[in-house]
Amino acid sequence: MLYRTAGQFKTSYAADQALFPVRQDAVLLAVIAAFAWVIFPLIASEFTFQAILIPVLIFSLAALGLNILTGFAGQLSLGTGAFMGVGAYACYKMVTLMPWMNPIVAILLSGVFSAGVGVVFGIPSLRIKGFYLAIATLAAQFFLVWLFEKWAWLYNNNASGAIQVPNLDIFGLYVTGPQAASVTEYYIVLFVVSLLTYLCINLTRGNLGRTWKATRDMDIAAELIGINLMRSKLTAFAISSYIVGVAGALYVFAWKGAAEPNVFDIPLSFQVLFIAIIGGLGSIMGNFLGAILIVGLPVVLNLLPAALGIPLDSAMIEHLNIMIVGSLIVFFLIVEPHGLNALWRLIREKLILWPFPH
Amino acid sequence: MLNDIFINPFVDMWQAPDFLLQVLWEGLVSGILYALIALGFVLIFRSSRIFNFAQGIMVVFAALTLVGLHAYGIPAWIAVALTLGVMFVLAVSIERVVLRPLVGQPDIILFMATIGITLFLIGFGEIIFGGENKVMISEELGIPTGDTVLEPWGGLLILQHLDITVVVVAALLVGALLAFLNYTQMGRAIRALGDDHQAALSVGISLQTVWVLVWFIAGIIALVTGIAWGARAGVSFALEVIAYKALPVLMLGGLESITGAIVGGLMIGLLEKLFEIYWGQPLLGGNTETWFAFVLALVVLLFRPQGLFGERIIERV
Repeated sequence: MLYRTAGQFKTSYAADQALFPVRQDAVLLAVIAAFAWVIFPLIASEFTFQAILIPVLIFSLAALGLNILTGFAGQLSLGTGAFMGVGAYACYKMVTLMPWMNPIVAILLSGVFSAGVGVVFGIPSLRIKGFYLAIATLAAQFFLVWLFEKWAWLYNNNASGAIQVPNLDIFGLYVTGPQAASVTEYYIVLFVVSLLTYLCINLTRGNLGRTWKATRDMDIAAELIGINLMRSKLTAFAISSYIVGVAGALYVFAWKGAAEPNVFDIPLSFQVLFIAIIGGLGSIMGNFLGAILIVGLPVVLNLLPAALGIPLDSAMIEHLNIMIVGSLIVFFLIVEPHGLNALWRLIREKLILWPFPH
Repeated sequence: MLNDIFINPFVDMWQAPDFLLQVLWEGLVSGILYALIALGFVLIFRSSRIFNFAQGIMVVFAALTLVGLHAYGIPAWIAVALTLGVMFVLAVSIERVVLRPLVGQPDIILFMATIGITLFLIGFGEIIFGGENKVMISEELGIPTGDTVLEPWGGLLILQHLDITVVVVAALLVGALLAFLNYTQMGRAIRALGDDHQAALSVGISLQTVWVLVWFIAGIIALVTGIAWGARAGVSFALEVIAYKALPVLMLGGLESITGAIVGGLMIGLLEKLFEIYWGQPLLGGNTETWFAFVLALVVLLFRPQGLFGERIIERV
């Protein structure tokens, strides 16, 4: 009833190709944006910011980056964690070498470095496909993490081998480091995520996005109709790694505050991959749904036993967590292999037809 | 600098041939274990196109089950039999619960499902057996300890009896597996499914039976690998990292090839040890074993995209 598309006529091409051709979608998005920009910052507690809001946004961004590569361009990658690391270390080097730099600019620029590294490790994709490529990206994963550990220049030769986020301010307001307030960090993450998501939506609808989809669906056929595969695959690697790198910089600068090399190890890559797949490959919104599930679930599971009054020690809860997340992944794959995004599409169809079944 | 890269390592090798032999021997032993894990992968991939990420955790799980059962006072060999039973139950339940509903889904979905299985088994194993490092029951299983010292060229070469046993058992297992695949009805069924799913189904080969069977065989291989590796390094979830090593082995050898898995495993075992000792530790600060295999495989794949022994990739539109 509420979700009627009937009667919304398009009278120009521009209207037909608008970002939200259906009015209700635009309204829904406005409501979500209002919550994200105004209501959450007003009501959220410190714990909510640190445990849910900020990580959900950061992981959505990382999954979005991976989704560009895997979901849109069809190149499976298992090296996301390492590319996040490249972004984080690049950002750290920039703000320590040039302390006058605006931290937001530094975060946005750090993606450029991971994009460069991503292109280098993307070159094998011109010859290798499918699972072979997935394992090839593992080479990036293990090599880069090793490099973070051994190349002391990257962490300014400090004894701990970890990178510590310094206190940085914009016009006197601390935005990163131990002195920054969670709200400020949240707004920075939200700003960057909104900006990049908007760019990605447009990118995937445009020429480049269609080139990627053609490459994904059948690369030989795409080549035959005149798509330059090298350009298509390498741009996908570059843009994907850029976004992932920015997500990595945010991960350390706006959330964790410090990071050791092993943070960027393979479990992080898998976590991002889970989000992208459970959310739905080849979708933008799916990344956010997937991140809410994968990031939110452990938080809920951690709180649940205490709330129900079941005494469990923390190690047990952690193991149960892993087990439940594992089973849920299998469960979701069986119920809806195309991800939460497909589920939303199904609900939307039903809503349009409601109250009639067909 | 160039001297350090191109000359000195070889001078070192020439001057201390006994040490070189020792390095090669250790590389060979770990290479055989990589090859064993890779074999489990290849079997499952051939028969179902599933890239089974859970193979590594199956190794840990099998070893943990064996040690755990023995800790309850069950004699070693009965514990082995019971562990095999557990692996069989695992194979059946994976086929029933996970694979059957996912038949026909894209490869990546099945791959993700095996990662889900991996997580489940990690949590399950930690809850039941605990995460701390355990000692493999090598004595009770009659695995010889001690070592033989040889003195080639007046040097010193130490061969652990355990390692010799591992090599012999692995060779026997591979031989038995090849015989099974080539000369028995079920073996032929597995290979038929690997060649063409639909054709195999149309001549009456049961997909379900074969899948349970390959996962069970992968479980047996996992148990053997788990015992061997556990006896060398203790049983813990750290064993899982060796599973990642099986991946470049697969790439190098080709995902479908059993020969490839064995040759690739040996190559990677030998080369990564050589690189670590003669180039990695002096020049790069060590611990290069984490990535060397992957980079090697990557370079090989640039020239042969299907791996050394993989089936030639023919692409049609």
